[in-house]
Amino acid sequence: MNKQEFLTRLRNGLSGLPQEEVEERLGFYCEMIEDRMEEGLSEEEAVEAIGPAETIISQIIGGTPLVKLVKERVKPKHKLKAWEITLLALGSPLWISLVLAFICIALSLYIVLWSCVAALWAADLSLAISGAVSIPVGIITYVIEGSIPGSAMIACALISAGLGILMFPGCKAVSKGTLRLTGKITHWIKSLLMRKENDNNADK
Amino acid sequence: MDIQLKRGLLDVCVLAAIKNEESYGYKIIKDVKPYVELSESTLYTILKRLETAEMLTVRSAEHEGRLRKYYSITDAGLGRIDEFKEDWKEIESIYQFVAREC
Repeated sequence: MNKQEFLTRLRNGLSGLPQEEVEERLGFYCEMIEDRMEEGLSEEEAVEAIGPAETIISQIIGGTPLVKLVKERVKPKHKLKAWEITLLALGSPLWISLVLAFICIALSLYIVLWSCVAALWAADLSLAISGAVSIPVGIITYVIEGSIPGSAMIACALISAGLGILMFPGCKAVSKGTLRLTGKITHWIKSLLMRKENDNNADK
Repeated sequence: MDIQLKRGLLDVCVLAAIKNEESYGYKIIKDVKPYVELSESTLYTILKRLETAEMLTVRSAEHEGRLRKYYSITDAGLGRIDEFKEDWKEIESIYQFVAREC
C-alpha cells in the first residue's frame, strides 16, 4: 500500500471526527511515513511500519468519547437557513421525543443487563450468609432439639454455604463478561457513527 | 502493567525525550524505543494531552521541502519530570517494603 492509499483509508475511517482533527491526525501520519522514507525505507515499507490503517482507526475509535462522536454527527455541516430552523422548531415535539425514547431504551437495556448481574450477586451473597449463620444455629438445634433436626439444619447450612462458594466464580465471570459486552456495544455504536458518514461520502 | 500507571510513565518518557532539545514525532519514537514500545497513535494522543496541559509547545518548520512539527518542553513539563522523580523515590521505598524477604 502506498502513502496516498493509506491516508485515504484513514481519512474514510475517521470521517466521523471533526474535520480539523482528521487533518491534524493525517498530517501526523504523513510526517511519520516521510521521516521513515528519509531514513532509506521505501514508501511501502514505511507505510507497513506504521501498521494497518484498520487497527489505527479502531484504536482511535476506542479512545474517542461517544459524546464527541454524537455531537459531531448532529452538528450541521452548513449554517442553517431560516426555513430549516423553523422546520426543526416545528418538528421538535416529534424528534425530541424520539431521541429521548431512544436514549431511554438504551439506558433501560443497560440497567436491565446490570440488574441481572446484581441479582446474581445478591443470590450468591444470601446463600453464603445464610450458610454461615445457619451452621451455629444448627449446632444449637443439635444440642437442644436432638440429633435429627440438628443434623438436618447443619446439612442445609452446608449446602447453602457450598452453593454460595460454587456460585462465586460464576458471578465473577458473568460480571466480567457483561463489562466486556457493554464495552463492545459502545465500540460498535461508535464505529457505526463513523461508518455512516463514510457511506454518505461513498455515495457522493 | 496497570493502564493508569503506564499512561503516566509514557507521558514522562515523551517529556524526557524532548527535555534537552526540541524533537519531532519519529525521533521521539526512536529515542524511547530502547525503553518502551510506543505506537504512532499512542504518541499522537500523548502529545495532544501534553500540549493541552501546556507541558510542551509545538511549532511547524520547513524540512526538506515539507513541514515538520517540532515539540519543545515548557517549565510545566520540566516540573512534571521533577514531580515524577520525587514520586519515584516514594514508590521505590514502597517497593522495598513489598519485596522484602521475610
